[in-house]
Amino acid sequence: MENPKDLKYSKDHEWIKIDGNIITVGITDFAQNALTEIVFVELPDKGKQVQQNKTAATIESVKSVSDIYAPASGEVIEVNEQLKNAPEKVNKDPYGEGWIFKVKISNPDELNTLIPVEEYNKIAE
Amino acid sequence: MGCGSNGIVRKTPLAEVHKNLGATMVDFAGWYMPMQYTSVIDEHTTTRTKAGLFDICHMGEFIVKGKGSFNFLQKMAVNDLNKLTVGKAIFNILCYENGTVIDDLFIYKLKENEYMIVVNACNIQKDLEWLKKHKGNFEVEINDVSDQTAKLDLQGPLSEKILRKLTSAELPKRFHFIETELSEIRTIISRTGYTGEDGFEFYFPAENAEKIWTEILDAGEEYGIKPIGLGARDTLRIEACYPLYGHETNDKITPIEVGLGWLVKTEKEDFIGKEILKKQKEHGTERILVVFEMVDRGIARENYEIFANNEKIGHVTSGTFSPTFRKSLGMALIKKPFSEIGNELNIKIKGKLHKAKIVKRPFYEYKGGQKWKTQKILNTPKTMNGLR
Repeated sequence: MENPKDLKYSKDHEWIKIDGNIITVGITDFAQNALTEIVFVELPDKGKQVQQNKTAATIESVKSVSDIYAPASGEVIEVNEQLKNAPEKVNKDPYGEGWIFKVKISNPDELNTLIPVEEYNKIAE
Repeated sequence: MGCGSNGIVRKTPLAEVHKNLGATMVDFAGWYMPMQYTSVIDEHTTTRTKAGLFDICHMGEFIVKGKGSFNFLQKMAVNDLNKLTVGKAIFNILCYENGTVIDDLFIYKLKENEYMIVVNACNIQKDLEWLKKHKGNFEVEINDVSDQTAKLDLQGPLSEKILRKLTSAELPKRFHFIETELSEIRTIISRTGYTGEDGFEFYFPAENAEKIWTEILDAGEEYGIKPIGLGARDTLRIEACYPLYGHETNDKITPIEVGLGWLVKTEKEDFIGKEILKKQKEHGTERILVVFEMVDRGIARENYEIFANNEKIGHVTSGTFSPTFRKSLGMALIKKPFSEIGNELNIKIKGKLHKAKIVKRPFYEYKGGQKWKTQKILNTPKTMNGLR
């Protein structure tokens, strides 16, 4: 699966869609593949304040548990409720139905630490 | 305390075969082993509903023979070998004087005065040294034949059908074995396993590993057999509540504490650890193994701490997502007063307490010989389809 060109990425294998001051966060195809079958996604509560590079969600696969960091600080305004009953969407459609949460960011400058697809492709080889 | 690697990674005769099958390889107990070929859940379900083939060549085999072998093994291990006749295998445990576990193992009686002992991969050296150290005046010879011996496990409800295509020999009953030719190779076939399913374990000369591996996979193709990695081996044995050395047992835990008291035959003659194990059997222990399922979401994994009323009462020994039941479950060693079935446990997962409750063991009852029961598994639960 190719990493979409219109997204930004973090070195921790998250993708970020930027829409004004709202960001949508998910994990990359590389990440879902490495984690293998995802069986639980622990979502943040709506309204929660998250800090950049701090844990915002947790993903459990059969063999491992992984933190998903907030790529930027702000308030969680929406979470993908569907993942509660269908966590496998993260495996099947990581860039679409497998999105995890949305944050209304408080400091747009934090997004400067994100990397473009060309750079991410090198990490995820 | 567990099965750590000492930096040297050893390979089974099938390492290249696994790589060519596209397996994700990992270092397990110092061995380069397949964790999964396609998916833990798929491999797990295949073993529960059809059949799976496991490379278990990393495990150790010793031959103990000589006139004193019976008395020697009676002294070394906790279970009673008096009922072990030629052609049978029993589960057994080696303990230290203080009753804690050196290893769990299977003992096969090959002939009068000759036994094969099957031990955990990470304990081969330790067990061998322990046995040799206690040889004393026993008229016994101990040989480590691990490197020359291959071991494959065929597990699952269709195992017998598959094996029937490869041999016309009368197949053994559970915990029995036969010695026969399998594609002209002398093989021990025992009806034993580590999955909760009917199945067989094969022991034969290591140089034939690829040949027998391929023959079994070919024979099983029409039945949907798949190679199974250590990931599913672990989820299968956890569902069946089988202990794994380094997790449920180790050199700080006694067999009585983890519910293996039924193996410890304190009425037999003297054996190492008898005094303390007898006392524990009679008076109970402070800690005990329980099995639990999560009430809250999340997976309680090994070594996570367990609390009751703000007091730490124990730890998780093994925990996983269960592919059969679509639930998170596990085993835990906790203080006895909290161990009643139905009791609530609070397990710390990533800093937060999550509710779990103690349930009856095992999660998954052994299905060998009760084939009608496997039908139920095939039909439940519906949500499983999503990940198949």
